[in-house]
Amino acid sequence: MKSTGIVTGIISNLVTVRYEGHVSQNEICYVHAGDQRLMAEVIKVTGKDAFVQVYESTRGLRQGNSVEFEGHMLEATLGPGLLSSSYDGLQNNLATMTGVFLQRGEYTAPLDHTKLWHFTPLAKAGDTVQAADWLGEVREGWLPHKIMVPFSFKGTYTIKSIIAEGEYNIDTTVAVLTSAEGEDLNVCMWQKWPVKVAVGGYEEKPRPFRIMETGVRCIDTMNPIAEGGTGFIPGPFGCGKTVLQHAIAQQGDAEVIVMAACGERANEVVEIFKEFPELDDPHTGRKLMERTTIICNTSNMPVAAREASVYTAMTICEYYRAMGMKVLLLADSTSRWAQALREMSNRMEELPGADAFPVDLSAIISNFYARAGIVRLRNGNTGSVTFIGTVSPAGGNLKEPVTESTKKAARCFYCLEQNRADKKRYPAINPIESYSKYLEYPEIVSYLNDKISPDWVEKVHKAKNIVLRGKEVADQINILGDDGVPISYHELYWKSELIDFVILQQDAFDKIDAITPMDRQEYMLTLVLEICDHKFSFSDYEKCAARYKEIINLLRQMNYSEMHSEQFENYLRQIRNILDNEQ
Amino acid sequence: MNSSRAFQRIYTRLESITKATVSLRAQGVSNDELATVAGRLAQVVKIKGELVTLQVFSGTEGIPTDAEVYFFGEPPTLNVSDALSGRFFNAYGEPIDGGPAVEGEKRQIGGPSVNPFKRKQPSELIPTGIAGIDLNNTLVSGQKIPFFADPDQPYNQVMAMVALRADVDKIILGGMGLSNDDYLYFRHAFEEAGALDKIISFVNTTDQPPVERLLIPDMALTAAEYFAVDRNEKVLVLLTDMTLYADALSIVSNRMDQIPSKDSMPGSLYSDLAKIYEKAVQLPEGGSITIIAVTTLNDGDITHAIPDNTGYITEGQLYLRLDTDTGKVIIDPFRSLSRLKQLVQNKKTREDHSQVMNASVRLYADAQNAKTKLENGFDLSDYDLRCLDYAKEYASRILSIDVNLSITEMLDTAWEIFAKYFSPAETGIKQAILDKYMKKN
Repeated sequence: MKSTGIVTGIISNLVTVRYEGHVSQNEICYVHAGDQRLMAEVIKVTGKDAFVQVYESTRGLRQGNSVEFEGHMLEATLGPGLLSSSYDGLQNNLATMTGVFLQRGEYTAPLDHTKLWHFTPLAKAGDTVQAADWLGEVREGWLPHKIMVPFSFKGTYTIKSIIAEGEYNIDTTVAVLTSAEGEDLNVCMWQKWPVKVAVGGYEEKPRPFRIMETGVRCIDTMNPIAEGGTGFIPGPFGCGKTVLQHAIAQQGDAEVIVMAACGERANEVVEIFKEFPELDDPHTGRKLMERTTIICNTSNMPVAAREASVYTAMTICEYYRAMGMKVLLLADSTSRWAQALREMSNRMEELPGADAFPVDLSAIISNFYARAGIVRLRNGNTGSVTFIGTVSPAGGNLKEPVTESTKKAARCFYCLEQNRADKKRYPAINPIESYSKYLEYPEIVSYLNDKISPDWVEKVHKAKNIVLRGKEVADQINILGDDGVPISYHELYWKSELIDFVILQQDAFDKIDAITPMDRQEYMLTLVLEICDHKFSFSDYEKCAARYKEIINLLRQMNYSEMHSEQFENYLRQIRNILDNEQ
Repeated sequence: MNSSRAFQRIYTRLESITKATVSLRAQGVSNDELATVAGRLAQVVKIKGELVTLQVFSGTEGIPTDAEVYFFGEPPTLNVSDALSGRFFNAYGEPIDGGPAVEGEKRQIGGPSVNPFKRKQPSELIPTGIAGIDLNNTLVSGQKIPFFADPDQPYNQVMAMVALRADVDKIILGGMGLSNDDYLYFRHAFEEAGALDKIISFVNTTDQPPVERLLIPDMALTAAEYFAVDRNEKVLVLLTDMTLYADALSIVSNRMDQIPSKDSMPGSLYSDLAKIYEKAVQLPEGGSITIIAVTTLNDGDITHAIPDNTGYITEGQLYLRLDTDTGKVIIDPFRSLSRLKQLVQNKKTREDHSQVMNASVRLYADAQNAKTKLENGFDLSDYDLRCLDYAKEYASRILSIDVNLSITEMLDTAWEIFAKYFSPAETGIKQAILDKYMKKN
């Protein structure tokens, strides 16, 4: 028996409902407006009044409209077909909606229930299973999509029967499970899960122990992110947050990518819609779209669904993680989500925290970041969700609640800087302010040294140190003048510029430079450090500048050339000539 | 706005009156619905039980507690048809040019947004002849971009110039808090260009109530959607000044006792602005809406909530500045940005476009550094001196907004200036492009 109610008050998308029976916090309900049903979520209950945030425009709603409560929280539908789909924040399939405009009250099914999938059982009758255990798999694109015991199943079950290999749609009962109490339950290929609850069902969640390549040098080389790790990219507008995120999405060494466009520009999402089906995944050669799910709640779409969108995205990630996959979640931007929380808290007349954000903002953010991680599944496999969020600090000032709260929650900090962006030094990640806490993890350090080269981490620290020293001497040169400092200061400055131009800066729009595999990063960093160690003897600072500019230019041309191509080797020879002739 | 309905609900007892809102007990009222209070247009903004709060657009001065309140039963609308062309309207969509009311289909303003999945990627260049835009910050149809300008800068003139040079089917002006002088300037500029028949204006001038401004963008964009969606036309919408629009938002939220966030702006400022700017779209059938707006700044402060939120929404921003060497107004090459430029650069323009753009700006930046050195009394190197000469020529021959060149001419001029002052390596341009375009001295 569903609870019902009637609308008694409306302020923007906050609607007060006088309810009958019982409602629960975060329960989903539908407000009837004429022949439309508008989805809403309970966010506060006082006496017989439930405050619901409506996920759509409330234009035309009136006092006395009827409301129907659904008895469950906001849920994601999980099953084969999620990849290469595009959803709004409530997981409505955007592709199957009618018309050019988003019509209010139009909800579409997330998955195709008619499509046939080739199912292969992985378990057999008589096996004992628990939630998230693999029953079988279907091929989704090139990925083995596991059909699992639904996450909501508590306790252990015995498989009573499992369907034979064959072509089935997702509604087909693929297995019958018998509970400890002897009750038979049917399992089909899809399940639902409340988005605000973290998916469990794994053995343990260890500390991240290996890195995830992004192809972006100033991340992989300078401040690597761990697989299952968390990072965030704050930056004022115009500093290249989105370009950087798209670059990571295109090149990230993950099997599944979920992009949550949360309160950002529609044209940026269109770019993904258009380019991802055409771009190749550098790791498999397949189309990028085949491994991507897009959750899109752009800035002009209803505000309340923005908050839902990041949770929906995270739930989909956790679902694929339970299949033992490497998942990367990118959310652009978490500030918009925080602003949605602020708007709602404001309408509910809650006492505001800093900058009028709700007081529990920090807790909400850390809770969300904590859902990322690498996990060991019960069957011995590992799966991971790596999460990188962007933050759009008001006025570019990092001392604001969302940035500060996120800094506490995320382990990598990629600080985009206006000054670098103004100088067109992209990606505009400040090499000194940014950090990766993972470089302090002994397991990550030994992983890097094993995988790349024995002295890799040492080299990274050395490069960072040169950049830092370069910044210091640049300040002194500015104060004292070119002639007022010894030539060694100029050399140090130009060494840092060398690292800046060749390693840190990267052209996201050049086919070759855009993605740098780890072996190439190793090669270039080693070469650059060798040049930094080279003893030049310059008679004056202008010769020093000219020489370094020449070397920088050659190295940049190398960055633009295919590794070890004739061109590449030719530039290398020119550099070797310079080094050999100037001992 | 003429809403003649056979049945209208009338109330005559106001419970409370503030500077911008009135509240009364009424039944069956719907959210966002329009009403008149003592003959003034108002809109429902809050319903609490039977207590309904209305925002009175022209202010509540002189409204008595026994004012008659009529509810229209629908949100604000605009009659749309081809007859809109060439007309001037006020914030309510009523003609102010002495002409007759427009016949056409009645549409609710502020309607739903385009399904992002159904949008097309913007890919058509809108040339303006201004290098600060075409070369450095190329404008693309379906884009939204504001001028961030100080009040003393000639932003309305530049915007009118851009609009009249741009190759579009319709230009829709949304003027918010436009001074009467500027309103007449636009009218005159449009008439002079002989472009009146492709222009539609919705204007709220400074002498009119500020809250009325809140209707202007939605009116202008409803008209724009008619031409872009129904007529598949390329529409350019000019919105000036969005800062005054945001100020009106803060007045209303203040009167409704909402807790202000940064700079006493409402917490929903981002969403409120996004709803407007995101109407910019490239439609699948060929029509498009491009928005050029003006956001005036307080002494260049872009960290204020209004420009800050705008910057996060729009696809770039343009700054005007005076180049002190040449005394010309230019579009600031450092801070200005068009986020969509890479969709057309080197694709709809010559292959060297983006490299030339980056190199010319980088060298211009080096010139600024040299200037700083000079000001601080340091000796300049040979490179510094060449940069300074380059900067002067770059500003006067390419950047200045009174220069009108095609993009290919801009590129050729840039190469010519590069060759005059720099060696190929100093430009930092990719070798293949250098080989093809850099003339040997």
